[in-house]
Amino acid sequence: MNPAFSVVVFTTAAGAGQGLVVALAIALLAGVPMTPSFVRASLLVAIFLLVAGLVSSFLHLGRPARAWRAAAMWRTSWLSREVIVLPAFIVVVGLWWLAARDPGSAPARLVLPLAAIAGAALLWYCTAMIYACLRFIEEWAQPLTIVNFVLLGVSSGSVLASALAALAGEERALTLAVWLALLVTLVAWPSRTAAWRRNATLRHRSTLQSATGIRSARLAQTSMGMSAGSFNTREFFHRASVSALGRIKGIAIVLAFALPALAMAGVAAGVLPGIACVVAFVVQVPGLIADRWLFFAQAKHPQNLYYQVVS
Amino acid sequence: MIAALRALFGKADAPAVAAPPEAPEAPARQLALVIDLNVCVGCHACVTSCKEWNTGGAAGPLVDENAYGADPTGTFFNRVQTYEAGVFPNTETVHFPKSCLHCEDPPCVPVCPTGASYKRKSDGIVLVDYDKCIGCKYCAWACPYGARELDEARQVMTKCTLCVDRIEDTTLAPDDRKPACVKACPTGARLFGDVKDPDSEVARAIRERGGYSLMPEWDTRPANQYLPRRVTTPPQR
Repeated sequence: MNPAFSVVVFTTAAGAGQGLVVALAIALLAGVPMTPSFVRASLLVAIFLLVAGLVSSFLHLGRPARAWRAAAMWRTSWLSREVIVLPAFIVVVGLWWLAARDPGSAPARLVLPLAAIAGAALLWYCTAMIYACLRFIEEWAQPLTIVNFVLLGVSSGSVLASALAALAGEERALTLAVWLALLVTLVAWPSRTAAWRRNATLRHRSTLQSATGIRSARLAQTSMGMSAGSFNTREFFHRASVSALGRIKGIAIVLAFALPALAMAGVAAGVLPGIACVVAFVVQVPGLIADRWLFFAQAKHPQNLYYQVVS
Repeated sequence: MIAALRALFGKADAPAVAAPPEAPEAPARQLALVIDLNVCVGCHACVTSCKEWNTGGAAGPLVDENAYGADPTGTFFNRVQTYEAGVFPNTETVHFPKSCLHCEDPPCVPVCPTGASYKRKSDGIVLVDYDKCIGCKYCAWACPYGARELDEARQVMTKCTLCVDRIEDTTLAPDDRKPACVKACPTGARLFGDVKDPDSEVARAIRERGGYSLMPEWDTRPANQYLPRRVTTPPQR
């Protein structure tokens, strides 16, 4: 697939926003003392990320003015379900932000943090299923797609939570966020690696023979039927070289996983100051973008079998 | 969703959707093309007549960008590709017309978030309502055949309509109520009709001449079928 930058940015930004909300909810439910102003400011950051993601997703549409129609087919379409769950999740986080003025109240203490965790989980599931439900894009149609959307979201969100806690001087919240980020990043790394490995050795079910029904062991396209490109050649081919893909994977490993995990471990061990969490988040963002780009680029659409040779 | 989760985590390598999509109520009629690879000569007359009819018909206009430039591109509903089978000198050139297959289980339809993509109950034709399409391209991702093309000027998804604006036009002579590609084919390589009617020309051709589906592994049950080359062993040189 040719990665659509709008979708890469949307899923990365929204994932970090969801993860930040989950990290805050876990801290609150675990009884970590936090000032109401810190909780509310952090929720505002999460809302900003979610809205930024929503805006970015609009840029993917050919007809953004009709986007409201996308909620119609929730019975069959995971995309439609995501379109409903994302604004609903933003509303839940917004209500929590309102309720957090009175931190002792039941909604702020228990009900809304729990609802926010459930909403974030549901949104990750909808987002991941958009890709995992396409059975013939075999790189995506696997459980790790769902697992990794959740793990990468919680990883980036808790790194962001640690950065915000460090900036606000919230010592107890910082400790919890750093440990959460370290743990989840160290799980996300091998989990993402497992998906890369599986996809690298995947043997696709569709072949040129099954695509054309021509039963010949040696079968080659001599013309795709046009001299210049079409939607089929623009949308489904990323055109990056194998070495470029390797470099982008290296960037993703170092920036999204290795450096943030190192920074979190350093802060947890007391070797690095809390402000290292801010650096970790700034470093992780381009890594996550690279990783999500790779998620799309690595998927080989079966229609590509029909578009191999110009003439 | 519980069932979906269970299916998902049940088997490590199973595709995320384990259960086949529920069979939609099967339309009584299913209009389709049957393409005879034995007689297609690769002249592209079906490609140009499709473009000509549809750019001026109900599905149009189909954009042409840089039509006179070095890199012309545009929207087409039908292409003719060419393949070479076998090892030299015993090779065969196969011309292969390719358009929407109007699947009986079209994977592009349920994924559409707006309902713009639909399969017509009366005759099984898969269509796009251009007024509802938001141009999200998800249906194109969900089609394993690459049958859908986003029109870059209108920014809506387009595809073969089996010339719905021809086949139902009672002002045309009955013999003209066929898709433009079928009318244009000089060798009669394109047959059109109701594949559910066992007495139709298309059903007979499929039955008697080994009609087959493309990518049967994905259970999309394409309505369009292809007739294989009948000369399977070329003369030895």
